[in-house]
Amino acid sequence: MNLRATEIAEDFNFLPEKDRLQLLLEFSENLPPLDPKYGEHPELLERVEECQSPVFIAVDGTADQIRLHFSAPQEAPTTRGFASVLHSALDGLSAQEILDTSDDFPSALGLDKLISPLRVRGMRGMLARIKRKTRELNS
Amino acid sequence: MSEDQRIAQYAHPNSLVTTAWLEENSSSVVIVECDEDVLLYETGHIPGSVKLDWHTELNDEHKRDYLTGPQFAELMNEKGIGRNDTVVIYGDKSNWWATYAFWVFKLFGHEDVRILNGGRAKWIAEGRELTKEVPTPQSKAYPVVERDDRTIRAFRDDVLDHLGLPLVDVRSKPEYTGERLHMPDYPNEGASRGGHIPTAASIPWSSAILADESFKPVDELKAIYFENTGFNPADKFVAYCRIGERSSHTWFVLKYLLGVSDVRNYDGSWTEWGNLVGVPVAVGEEPGVVSR
Repeated sequence: MNLRATEIAEDFNFLPEKDRLQLLLEFSENLPPLDPKYGEHPELLERVEECQSPVFIAVDGTADQIRLHFSAPQEAPTTRGFASVLHSALDGLSAQEILDTSDDFPSALGLDKLISPLRVRGMRGMLARIKRKTRELNS
Repeated sequence: MSEDQRIAQYAHPNSLVTTAWLEENSSSVVIVECDEDVLLYETGHIPGSVKLDWHTELNDEHKRDYLTGPQFAELMNEKGIGRNDTVVIYGDKSNWWATYAFWVFKLFGHEDVRILNGGRAKWIAEGRELTKEVPTPQSKAYPVVERDDRTIRAFRDDVLDHLGLPLVDVRSKPEYTGERLHMPDYPNEGASRGGHIPTAASIPWSSAILADESFKPVDELKAIYFENTGFNPADKFVAYCRIGERSSHTWFVLKYLLGVSDVRNYDGSWTEWGNLVGVPVAVGEEPGVVSR
């Protein structure tokens, strides 16, 4: 697991269960706006089918520095929160650091009891797609 | 036809309220928001409303079942709901979880529960007030009432006995035919077989609503659920989906809007049936037949 992902997981687990949702909400509010190059060209984004709410991702950059882009609606704060957690944990890292991130990172946040397994699986879907696209960029 | 006129034509018009009515009467009712997205309430909700989390608060933590009588009473006390209160429930996703919560309230025989027609989306679309202020409810000493699973809830054996009688599959068409194991764009919830319960009619839950997420007029609903299927409103009905939430929506339509007196929600739904050893499964567009 990379250092930032580990720190985020620790931040969540440090809090009592009820306050973890509040932290996720803060992440949700801090999801960076979509880069205009994707805002104007939504066809460049890939829809994360595993998620219950419409969320789209794009991965670009180089092997040394991968950039992540997310688009998720305001009315889906949980999905936005997950996207923002992944953005904070992974954006700007090298391809290798992203690929080394544990597939279990979503569960490491300690949200499994608070959020239905279905939704946490949606975050796993996002992570899996980020890794696949990172691999594609790298190949 | 106005929304009030539409509501007046339903079998139980008192089970639905309009956004305008709720705004005027908010101080005399308890408003409950129940969403699929567990953080939505925190981003802004109808003033005075309390949050109810379907996942963590309506279900038993260890067993796939709902709360017990004492647990439900405790929940009601936490939410500041009295046994005789009028409870108005609304939520996201066209009121899926609102109708699910409504159904759970009815398992405990709570008399006066109503759904906000059009739910959260309609309230917001009309520019009505939202707040982030969270109320601090006071307990009203809700009595312990035993849950009644006999009349509005169906278990797998009830469904096996029911085959051949009106059975409504409310999932999307690709889930019904077996092309997909889950809703389009939704993650798989782990059913090992795709398809539907033999003899079930495919009537996706969304057939019942208008673009603003409020319910369609009664004549249109009758055409969809009875005339097109040959089902008779005097018959016994069972509705199911994947985990029981979308079918709560259809259960509400059949019972409260169309007046079907005997309709049960099969909350085990496809996550149970699609994994049950030895039960029949039909695939394709046709309802299929029962082979006994």
